[in-house]
Amino acid sequence: MTTTKTQSASNLSPAPTGTGSRGTRVLGGFALVFLVIAVAYGLFISPADAQLGNTIRIIYMHVPTVMAAYMAFIITAVSSGMYLWKRTEFWDLLGSSGAEIGVLFFAVTIVDGALWGKVTWGVFWRWEPRLTTSAVLLIMYIGYLAVRAIPADPRTRATRCAIIGIVAIVNVPIVHKAVDWWRGLHQGKTVLGTIDPEMGGTQLFAMYSALIAGLLVCVWLLIHRFRAGFLAERASDLGLDQALEERRLESSPATGEDA
Amino acid sequence: MSQGGGVLSDALLVARKDLLLERRAKIGLGQVLPFAILVLLLFAFALDPDRGILKLATPGLFWVTVLFSAVLTLQRSFALEAEDGILEALRLSGMSPAGIYLGKVTALTIELLLLEAVLVLGVAVLYDTKFLGIPLLFAIALLATLGIAGAGAVYGALAARLRSRETLLPLLLLPLLAPVLIAATRGCEVSLEREAMSGWPWAALLGIFALVYLTLGSFLFRPLLEDA
Repeated sequence: MTTTKTQSASNLSPAPTGTGSRGTRVLGGFALVFLVIAVAYGLFISPADAQLGNTIRIIYMHVPTVMAAYMAFIITAVSSGMYLWKRTEFWDLLGSSGAEIGVLFFAVTIVDGALWGKVTWGVFWRWEPRLTTSAVLLIMYIGYLAVRAIPADPRTRATRCAIIGIVAIVNVPIVHKAVDWWRGLHQGKTVLGTIDPEMGGTQLFAMYSALIAGLLVCVWLLIHRFRAGFLAERASDLGLDQALEERRLESSPATGEDA
Repeated sequence: MSQGGGVLSDALLVARKDLLLERRAKIGLGQVLPFAILVLLLFAFALDPDRGILKLATPGLFWVTVLFSAVLTLQRSFALEAEDGILEALRLSGMSPAGIYLGKVTALTIELLLLEAVLVLGVAVLYDTKFLGIPLLFAIALLATLGIAGAGAVYGALAARLRSRETLLPLLLLPLLAPVLIAATRGCEVSLEREAMSGWPWAALLGIFALVYLTLGSFLFRPLLEDA
């Protein structure tokens, strides 16, 4: 137990050995419990919807994933701003972890949204404002990850990513407005992505437990991704130190200074 | 370090330098413009001109062509700076980053507006487009181009020193410019009387986009020059 305690403060301690800690294990446990509840209620216990039929069960998954993705993107945006201000590794790693987890959840959202569309509309894709905005948003954050993947010294890479993180989030309302006007004339709002106020008891319970499960899973993944990123940085530092040491040993042992 | 009116004079200096380079090298005139006209031709091959699709889609095709040409123009504009450590030299010159940014944007806007002027002629001749609502058309062209240059200069500078800049810049920039494409296309459709609604909200949206990115770029260019 004492070892896990030191691990939970691993963000600052010099030599953490893994990404798990007591905190994340408890969090993961809660996430698992809510997932089980959400699956039980969402798939089996709650009745089919009067209007949407069984497709409402897709929405139990769709809403949590999109909420989690937005949460992750907001974390990235805040971290990007904070990085440019504070210039610490913490904000850089948090921002990039948020983008990665956000892209993951967003991709899932678009896929389950398309499946819902196929059942409800008969087509996978409709040029509907929210869908269109999502597609543009996803590609913007894939661009972020592409820049992230380019090797560079940590400060350079972090600055590039922070700038993209800020630019991307600022663009979201503009894209939304443009797409809204663009398609708004042609069709009304869709139910997808909203919580229907007339949902019955077990349906509402399924929805909210799925929502909590989704957010908990997202936070859990985020913490692990952050720690993995932190360890990766330390590993690359270590590699560099070792290489430096080896070069030093190669040079003349007498002076130890010739390079 | 220049102060006060320094930002504007720095901007003018950088813009003049860029335009002078363009006048001498003629990359825009000799390479980007022919490319843009080629794209207009390719669209005509892809969409049968006899069935009226081309005429219906003219505003959209025009702005897609402008976006592709803008990517090329941006590559060129920042490739100039990335070579031989000129970005570092600019940084050391004591000019304000916002001034450098606004200068790049000004030069890009002028180059792109000239390109658009020729493309409009191209569209008029090749696609047989008749232009109405000229003031709206001018407003949309100016605001959209400012937006494209404003957002483009940020990502152009960011990608300039990367080895994969040719592939990275379009990936970063084009999704960002999606609202510009939508607003400019719809606004032009209104001014060509394809849509019976007011086109000025579209112009306003383009104006907001341009304003947001010019402000953002002015602030972000310092960390961009110093660290990215």
